[in-house]
Amino acid sequence: MGWFNRGKAPIGRNGEKKIRFPEGLWTKCRSCNATIYTKEVEKNLNVCPKCDHHFRLAAGERLNLILDKGSFTEFDRDMQSVDFLEFNDSKSYRDRIRAAVEKGNGKEAVICGEGTINGTPVQIAVFDFGFMGGSMGSVVGEKITRLIERAGERRTPALIFSSSGGARMQESIISLMQMAKTSAALARLREQGLPYISVLTDPTTGGVTASFAMLGDIIMAEPKALIGFAGPRVIEQTIRQKLPEGFQRAEYLLEHGMIDLIVPRRDMRSKLSQIVNMLYRQTPAGAGKSRRG
Amino acid sequence: MLKRNPKETRKMPLQTYLDFEKPIAELEDQIHELTRLSGETMDLKAEIRHLEKKAEKMREDIFSNLTRWQTVQVARHINRPFTLDYIRLIFTDFVELHGDRKFADDPAIVAGLARLDGEPVMVIGHQKGRDTKEKVYRNFGMPNPEGYRKALRLMEMAERFNLPIITFVDTPGAFPGIGAEERGQAEAIARNLMEMSVLRVPIVVVVTGEGGSGGALAIAVGDRILMLQHSIYSVISPEGCAAILWSDGTKGETAAEALKPTARDLKELQVIDEIVPEPPGGAHRDHEAAARNVHEAIARNLRELKEIPVEKLLDGRYDKFRQMARFSG
Repeated sequence: MGWFNRGKAPIGRNGEKKIRFPEGLWTKCRSCNATIYTKEVEKNLNVCPKCDHHFRLAAGERLNLILDKGSFTEFDRDMQSVDFLEFNDSKSYRDRIRAAVEKGNGKEAVICGEGTINGTPVQIAVFDFGFMGGSMGSVVGEKITRLIERAGERRTPALIFSSSGGARMQESIISLMQMAKTSAALARLREQGLPYISVLTDPTTGGVTASFAMLGDIIMAEPKALIGFAGPRVIEQTIRQKLPEGFQRAEYLLEHGMIDLIVPRRDMRSKLSQIVNMLYRQTPAGAGKSRRG
Repeated sequence: MLKRNPKETRKMPLQTYLDFEKPIAELEDQIHELTRLSGETMDLKAEIRHLEKKAEKMREDIFSNLTRWQTVQVARHINRPFTLDYIRLIFTDFVELHGDRKFADDPAIVAGLARLDGEPVMVIGHQKGRDTKEKVYRNFGMPNPEGYRKALRLMEMAERFNLPIITFVDTPGAFPGIGAEERGQAEAIARNLMEMSVLRVPIVVVVTGEGGSGGALAIAVGDRILMLQHSIYSVISPEGCAAILWSDGTKGETAAEALKPTARDLKELQVIDEIVPEPPGGAHRDHEAAARNVHEAIARNLRELKEIPVEKLLDGRYDKFRQMARFSG
């Protein structure tokens, strides 16, 4: 027993005297630390109204933002990953898939379908980073490949919004091969003379960057998106020094000539529409094997 | 004429043994000792022959039952033949060609014209170093974007002159450095994947040592994918995988079992076409024998591919990667 017994509960600890924000009503901006009314952030397309920081956007919201209302038809919705290697770390891959599906945003890390932008038909894919870090295994690779092939068959542009940590380890070599598969499909689309626009959103790294994401006729990025081959931590460990400020951010890639343009979220739809309409002809535009990029 | 980089040394470091090779090493020491003694005093030929037989059997036994982690170690063995060794032992008239015409020459990838059984071909491969100086010069076989761009430049040249392409894969991965990122490591790899899928000449890929992720794949899109018996090919190194999954890079052994990166695993998954057998005790024990097997496999596959009309060849290459997937629904 101590010398002084506490007669009352301490102020502001367990007591309800401290002001508490109801869950989710307020959002703290990662970039400028401002506390903002969540509804205001949502109204502003998940962009911080104070500093213009772009929060990650759910796949469904992205589709709403880009496509004409009610124009979206999803493809390959029920395609699901299987644990063919019986890959176990602390959890089995099977359980990880189940847990990701149970979040309720879809059965895999990418949503693919067809829709229109100001009336122009496009094949569109949007990654869901919430699903196992947007990682690419068989299903993601297959859905992306089918999307590219469908763009060729239906003679529409292809549009992919990437957000991914890279290849999915739990499918080992098969996930690596998705890089070759998707890139080969793009080579065919190029020969068919149809435009492919790649939009890089935060974060896009690893095997997705090193395949279809960097192969767009046009490559766009959202402001400050992290984009790279190796993740910053891996690079730091390899070279044993701190990385420069702004390294691997969209602005850095633009400066080094790796992307065409940075487009803020609020302008994305109109910019896409503008570009697609200049590149896209429904009949082949004498394309042949013009080198992409 | 055989041209070699002056920086390359042909001398091998002292024979190094992996842990599980120790029993072989002991036997070999005994043989060595007996051979020495037999010269001086007595006739020990019978005894030596007996031990040699025993050693051979032991090599076969040990190397036909390697665990995945042991295979990883053999695949990285310092005495394993590297690309320039295979080039010297399999091809003639090698002329090394340098540079990506954009920024630099990358010594982690070697490439050039050569003749295979008299026919001109383009040969490209990752190159590791054997001693410290050479390792650093070759950046441990980890290419920068320039390496991939040099490879692509020369593959496109091969296409123009209708030369088949042979690639040797042996890298821990593409280099993760600031400069590599600045100059577009991801773009360089991606572009190779796309362009290799439509090159209008036959491509034979041989994974000789470590097939490390995207850095390996960037020169490994082809019509035939061969793997040396004790080589590995994986989406991530076992150590890298362990570091991510268990935050513990020392659990490589567990990760190697999970990743299933051996030639046998990949043949079962139908990712590769053929396993090239290694001499007993591994390619690092007998470069000539390993190279003979590789030579035979490349030549045979190339003969078959040359018979295929180019459009059919390209469709076949597309379908090969197209069918690589496992899913439901």
